[in-house]
Amino acid sequence: MKNKKIINEEVVRSVASLARINLQAAEVKQLTKNLEDILHYVAKLEQLDVSRIQPTSHVLPLENVYREDIVKPSLSQQEALSIGPYHTKGHFNVPKVIA
Amino acid sequence: MNLHELTAHELLDLIKAKKTSSQDVYAAVKKQIQAKEPQVHAYVRVNENAPMSSPPKADFPIPIAIKDNMCIKGQETTCASAILKGFKPPYDATVVKKIKQSGGMILGNANMDEFAFGSSTENSHFGVTRNPWNLACVPGGSSGGSAAAVAAHEAIWALGSDTGGSIRQPAAFCGVVGLKPTYGRVSRYGLIAFASSLDQIGPITKDVHDAALLLKMIAGYDPMDSTSVDVPVPDYTRSLVNNVKNLKIGIPKEYFIEGIDPQVKQSLEKAIDVFKQCGAQFQQISLPHTEYAIATYYITATAEASSNLARYDGVRFGLREIPGQTRKSPLIDMFEETRDKGFGAEAKRRIMLGTYSLSAGYYDDYYLRGLKVRTLIKEDFDNAFHQCDAILTPTAPTTAFKIGEKVSNPLDMYLSDIFTISVNLAGLPAMSLPCGFSREGLPIGLQIITKPFAEEMLFRVAYTYEQNTDWHQRKAPIQ
Repeated sequence: MKNKKIINEEVVRSVASLARINLQAAEVKQLTKNLEDILHYVAKLEQLDVSRIQPTSHVLPLENVYREDIVKPSLSQQEALSIGPYHTKGHFNVPKVIA
Repeated sequence: MNLHELTAHELLDLIKAKKTSSQDVYAAVKKQIQAKEPQVHAYVRVNENAPMSSPPKADFPIPIAIKDNMCIKGQETTCASAILKGFKPPYDATVVKKIKQSGGMILGNANMDEFAFGSSTENSHFGVTRNPWNLACVPGGSSGGSAAAVAAHEAIWALGSDTGGSIRQPAAFCGVVGLKPTYGRVSRYGLIAFASSLDQIGPITKDVHDAALLLKMIAGYDPMDSTSVDVPVPDYTRSLVNNVKNLKIGIPKEYFIEGIDPQVKQSLEKAIDVFKQCGAQFQQISLPHTEYAIATYYITATAEASSNLARYDGVRFGLREIPGQTRKSPLIDMFEETRDKGFGAEAKRRIMLGTYSLSAGYYDDYYLRGLKVRTLIKEDFDNAFHQCDAILTPTAPTTAFKIGEKVSNPLDMYLSDIFTISVNLAGLPAMSLPCGFSREGLPIGLQIITKPFAEEMLFRVAYTYEQNTDWHQRKAPIQ
């Protein structure tokens, strides 16, 4: 290990904030232990020298997939909005953004 | 004649010969659902408004179960998650559209682990599914509802999805056939995303012949999925030949790990004997990076998942929760409350792990390293296929485990996917088919892996095995 990875409740709370999940205190405790176990297990990847290896994010040799820029039939505004829990006047409705 | 116990190809013959009708088949399956569903719970919801018969000229007038992560227009689709409660997709997934066009009757949404996160279907918000071979055991997962429905004859066939083994492992646990096609073979349009570079839809059926029919129906290029590949779809039924003479089959030495159930090992050895008697040649091969597959998968797949699941924010889909008091700001509080209430424990675990490995300071050590090891795992298979036409392995290291047995240890649950996960990382096609039973009467699965887009080879090898054994004819003893 190049630098010791630290997982503690503070890190878990900060990651939860990035992930936009309001974890309960018991969940923070549980997840700290779970993530510690899992990260300990995945640390085995550090046994491999990957300095000369190219990453694979995708198995297919695909490059940019283009289509003609032509408007085709698609969902109406009403259909798209109807999936959201709250909508008014052609918009998704959200709680107050600017206090 | 118990129509619901027959395969799709048997039913199609009967319908063609006018010895039965799509209406009778549908009624028989529906009756079976009513009788067995209270014990098995294969479905999140049974579709009460399905057409009860098919148009007279339909190609495949067969009742089907669809995993609850494929969009069915106007019908609630939830990924077995509270966060998608009430979500009625405004369009059909491409596979669903193809099924409807060919006359398929959609029986309902099959149960699954929430967002396909799991190997036992215990992570469903809507309750566990039970294994039709032993109701105290899990059906496997994440497509456990689809596999259990087929094994309990509550569906003639089903669709599942496979990101790390989620079609093959439940097929093995439930004694049915499960096929994960090559990445890009089947359109993912309308499949609710887990890990977009790994997810693939495939058939779960009672035999290999049915898998060939169902794959042909759903496969093919789709302009709506830019990762679907434009290669012709062969008639897979032409590959149903009982002949593996002189084919070279590889056995990876790394797959006979510690912790493999001796009965599973024994069944695989007997399967090898069957193939040898049919004239196949065996050789040991090496997939040296096998031991890194699970770690690679849980870094890369959770990273993709955390990104894909960012869209469930209480604005565009399903659930919205507002906390009683302000914590940060009204909008952010709503996001955080909705996601805390809407996601189950395993979904939170994976979102957290993925967010962690993508975050600043950890990206190079986790996510990027994971992608590089993925290259090594893929190269292992490229090298192996220079020496053999197909690879044979067990599908899972054990038979179905007891409900509750692995719930408290997530890592232990992850390890049950050891034989299936590399296949997704390398984008290969693979099939699980029944190859025996344990002393306890639980099914054991055999996995066959081939090169990309070599599904025809997969069918040939699997069909030959099936023709020379009778495991697929055994029926689950569900009372």
